[in-house]
Amino acid sequence: MLTKEQCFEQLLLGKAVKADGWLESIRVEALESAKALNFPSERHDDWRFTDLSPLFQHGFQPVTSFVRLTLADIENYLIPGSTRLVFVDGCFDAGLSDLAQAGAGVTVKSLVECFGDPQVEAQFARNLSFKQDAFAALNTHFFEDGAFVHVSSENVTGEAVAPIHVLHVATKRETPSAIYHRCLVVMESNSRATVVEDYAGLNGGIYFSNAVTEVVLKDHAQLQHVRVQREEKSAFHIGHCSVKSGRGSVYAATSLAFGARVSRHTQHVMQLGEGAEIRLNGLALIAGRQIADTHTRIDHAVPGGKSVQLHKCIADGAAHAVFSGKVIVHPGAKGTDSAQSSRNLLLSGKARIDTQPQLEIFNDDVSCKHGATVGQIDADALFFLKSRGLSEERARNLLTHAFAGEIIARIPVPSLVESLSRAILEERMKENA
Amino acid sequence: MINKGGKVLLEVKNLKAEVDGVEILKGVDLTVRAGEVHAIMGVNGSGKSTFSKVLAGHPDYTVTGGTATFEGKELFSLAAEERARAGLFLAFQYPVEIPGVSNSALLRLAYNTLQNERGLEELDPLEFEDLVHEKIKVVEMDPSFLDRSVNEGFSGGEKKRNEILQMAILEPKLAILDETDSGLDIDALRIVANGVNSLLTADNAVVMVTHYQRLLNYIVPDYVHVMDAGRIVRTGGKELALELEARGYDWVRAAA
Repeated sequence: MLTKEQCFEQLLLGKAVKADGWLESIRVEALESAKALNFPSERHDDWRFTDLSPLFQHGFQPVTSFVRLTLADIENYLIPGSTRLVFVDGCFDAGLSDLAQAGAGVTVKSLVECFGDPQVEAQFARNLSFKQDAFAALNTHFFEDGAFVHVSSENVTGEAVAPIHVLHVATKRETPSAIYHRCLVVMESNSRATVVEDYAGLNGGIYFSNAVTEVVLKDHAQLQHVRVQREEKSAFHIGHCSVKSGRGSVYAATSLAFGARVSRHTQHVMQLGEGAEIRLNGLALIAGRQIADTHTRIDHAVPGGKSVQLHKCIADGAAHAVFSGKVIVHPGAKGTDSAQSSRNLLLSGKARIDTQPQLEIFNDDVSCKHGATVGQIDADALFFLKSRGLSEERARNLLTHAFAGEIIARIPVPSLVESLSRAILEERMKENA
Repeated sequence: MINKGGKVLLEVKNLKAEVDGVEILKGVDLTVRAGEVHAIMGVNGSGKSTFSKVLAGHPDYTVTGGTATFEGKELFSLAAEERARAGLFLAFQYPVEIPGVSNSALLRLAYNTLQNERGLEELDPLEFEDLVHEKIKVVEMDPSFLDRSVNEGFSGGEKKRNEILQMAILEPKLAILDETDSGLDIDALRIVANGVNSLLTADNAVVMVTHYQRLLNYIVPDYVHVMDAGRIVRTGGKELALELEARGYDWVRAAA
């Protein structure tokens, strides 16, 4: 068992791919940031609810060999009709990917192929506060590859475009592995797309997924951004997503956390253009000894912004869910309209949920509301279902599933809604078996 | 029909029950045979709704005395779901809304649970759709209600019709209708009553719990029981209901 310091030292032993020019200077800077920041302490305000000690016990090794998978191995995760980029332990697998569906004006590629692209140079790691977060800094230094999605203004047809599925799978290794995921999405003016980021593990195993995603929405662009975290229950997942939204743009995200022993998702959306709309839907559904932490922050920096957030946590067993959602209305952001709701379901006496909706308003002339509820399974609904012959377990599962379903149903990809719904119900059955 | 030689479905003897330490039922006796229709009437607070919930196994109520058998089985040794699977059905006075659970999914889940219990084949979604579209006619409900969440946004009448649809699908041996007539306009009342009547056979039975005589014009009872202060204080035929309608409850309570 390692100490926190040893765990950090071990991560620094990873090998960064040598890069040229602008990227190399970013990498060097990121390493300096990582060393200066180190892992957050328990007293760090952003981390005080989240016990990272299970993560620190392991020495995560860099991935040095490539595991060859077949489509059959990832069959359960495929989204029919999507444009697909597949990464195995952080390495791009062209054979498993399917780029045939990408429409006109849509670029979907592995990042390493695109470092010469001025778009990438202009946006990569510009958008991200890796100087404030050790995990994002480690990622920026050590990532090997990632996804680049660019949707040009040619693509204004919207719904007809196939969803872009970025699938990350982790394989089981002899020793715990450190895996870095990276994704850059650039939406040009008036473009529309749906991007699904999917993090999954195969066959168990202990690994540390460190994921960083950057999204840029130019004026009037619309992005449906889905994030599914279904890592192995023995794994660790720390993800960052940073979004810049331009004038009149619409950013609608649905982020789901089901897996990992300890997971954290930090999402930061900056409204930089007037009249931008931001919708954040979130769900953490955990059991056993899982810890799932979601930290979101929405900055309304300019007038006319709108944000709507609904986050749900469901904790069973001795699980611990954390939600911290900050909405900041800056001076000058007149006419901001913001609503935030945190709804939580405790399924066991040993489970715990911490929720912190926070509003910081430096402005009059705004409409902002927020609220939080924590409850248990509704006793009347439970009795009703039992009176129709359903067992206690079945009835509880059905009600839990229904509570989660409100968020899952917001995913704009029907086949994914269906497969996730089914997977959850089966998983719940297993938990109770 | 009065069925003196019929099979006894429910036999309740000297039933006592309390909620939050307050005794509500103070010794209820009732025998229901296959083929019979019973009405339990009484003023608010007489214990009639408590009686129906105790029979269905509501967790808020504690049985403190007496016995109840359902087809010879000890009713109170069965969990609520086991009572349902044995063929006992409660139509709720206030049907609960369950956002996120579709009506058709719930009906199929409940139906297949009972099929399993009876050792019969489960139906797949397509087969079940045929069945449910047949049964939904019983309550003259629009099939679009099947795709909606259970009772969510339903009017009072639609909720009650949905209860009877569940009864039609589950085909219970004994259905207890708890104030199914409350909140219904005359058209909805007629539809619900027609639905119940069409489900009555010589092998099943219905116990209606109601405040008013109105429902009994449509579903004609063989027996009318008056409950007061936690006991059945008078039993008669359907004419007793008319008498209560004309004279109120005070004379029965005074005589008890």
